[in-house]
Amino acid sequence: MAEIGNPVFLRALAAPDADPGQAITFGTDQPLSLDSGRRLAPFTVAFMTYGSLNSLKSNAVMVCHALTGDQFAASCHPVTGKRGWWEMMIGPGKPIDTERFFVICPNVVGGCMGTTGPADINPATGRPFGLAFPLITIRDMVRAQAMLLDALGIEKILCVLGGSMGGMQVLQWAASYPARVVSAVPIAAAARHSAQNIAFHEVGRQAIMADPAWRNGEYALHGTNPAKGLAVARMAAHITYLSEAALQRKFGRTLQNRDSFSFAFSPDFQIESYLHHQGISFVDRFDANSYLYITRAMDYFDLATDYGGSLAEAFRGSPTRFCIISFTSDWLFPTAENKRIAHALNAAAANVSFVEIETDRGHDSFLLDEPELFATIRAFLGSVAARAGVA
Amino acid sequence: MTPRALRPDLAAIAALIAPASRVLDVGCGEGDLLEHLVSEKQVDGRGIELSQQNVNACVARGLSVVQGDADTDLVDYPSSVFDVVILSQTIQATRSPRSVLQHLLRIGAKTIVSFPNFGHWPVRLALLFNGRMPRTATLGYRWYETPNIHLCTISDFTDLVRENGARIERAFALTKKGRTRPVTADAWGPNLFAQDAIFVLTKS
Repeated sequence: MAEIGNPVFLRALAAPDADPGQAITFGTDQPLSLDSGRRLAPFTVAFMTYGSLNSLKSNAVMVCHALTGDQFAASCHPVTGKRGWWEMMIGPGKPIDTERFFVICPNVVGGCMGTTGPADINPATGRPFGLAFPLITIRDMVRAQAMLLDALGIEKILCVLGGSMGGMQVLQWAASYPARVVSAVPIAAAARHSAQNIAFHEVGRQAIMADPAWRNGEYALHGTNPAKGLAVARMAAHITYLSEAALQRKFGRTLQNRDSFSFAFSPDFQIESYLHHQGISFVDRFDANSYLYITRAMDYFDLATDYGGSLAEAFRGSPTRFCIISFTSDWLFPTAENKRIAHALNAAAANVSFVEIETDRGHDSFLLDEPELFATIRAFLGSVAARAGVA
Repeated sequence: MTPRALRPDLAAIAALIAPASRVLDVGCGEGDLLEHLVSEKQVDGRGIELSQQNVNACVARGLSVVQGDADTDLVDYPSSVFDVVILSQTIQATRSPRSVLQHLLRIGAKTIVSFPNFGHWPVRLALLFNGRMPRTATLGYRWYETPNIHLCTISDFTDLVRENGARIERAFALTKKGRTRPVTADAWGPNLFAQDAIFVLTKS
């Protein structure tokens, strides 16, 4: 039995009046079968919805979030009080128009915003899971999302969209459930995590695990918090989300509130204090163990391996319409990786569009004000909706 | 967006395509032909286009288009998946027209190729009397900046088709005023009087 209730947030709420969304709990009779061979039961999926489902249930759009994202894509974040990470994209009259579409954005399995993750209580022990939480994969995340859709009584999704790790989920959705996915928009994504990206993730994980407060993942029991390690992980990762040109343009060698060097290790440069701010604000809303688990899930992602090493085989006979989007200055999920997906889809004779958007703002461009991104998604969704007869 | 008037050669190609067929337009530009085929003939249309700017414009029109190069990316497409493959005014700009043509024949049941005829009499006269590389309405570039690196005449193209074991189903000459008329591909007349040519090919 699945039950719908309210999500449980493990952190203090900065905006207690914000819409907390919903959470659906699957009982021990509906376990989540994981790629690791283990089963997760009971488990909860927290999610936000925007807009309303039409009577034919044909206007559902799934938005998959990135590594450090969550379900609060288009509304105030209850923990930080900040606006949604994709508010420019989702809303009335926006490219993903909530007057037309019913948008579902779930928090991923392993996350820390209400969906079951390592910070939650392990029913077997009565203590937080910590490292006893099973390793998860992108496919496990998508399985949980499919169970959510089942529970909501939605068979087909008009479009699955997401950037970065969200784009990995989009690709997995299209490969695992082709008949359920009318269209798919992976943005700044890849069909496999590259060696360089695994390397960056490992730096982040080692930073967390090197923090003495991490306590082998059992920091909740010891009342400590590996905030320093998590902040360093976030700082290192944040550099990879930008580009050299954007960093130079925004910060250059400008000093922070001073005219000359301090001849000390306090932050002299603007870029240093910017990164410190990124690190510190991140630890207020994210769980260190979740960061370990979710980065691992991305590292394990290589869609072709499930299909005999051929990416085209993952999409053979696919009825889904694809729109692949990349950004010129993204060196984390570069155009070449996105093009590889487009080539595989061509080889599978799938219906595919591929758009590369010129910008110097790097990987994070998918979260920013990029008019060409908005125009592309608006037109693509419009054409998909028209073909599907969605008003 | 109101549909633009279709270029005469594209209108001539559109007239050759059966409704609801599966079409790949190689070098689809801003998608004028594809949009026309999708809206007027309900085809399942796809495009490949070299210019990313054009691709983005196509996708913004709701078309399914990928950025790609006919010379390098046709190899990805499986055989016989399209009813019609179109290459309009592009073959002369490819690095390897022969291999591009072979891929087109492989991918589509039917292949439609249109190209400027370098045997057209004003071209011949321009070279004869001016002694310089001809610049005409359809071939307006200077020799050092032209993307048209593999120009051919109707007779040249006919030879290439035959050498690759393809069959010429139909051939049309396109006049300056945009009129089409059926021609015999290896007659001397069209090679002299047609400004552009449209060939419909099948694997033999």
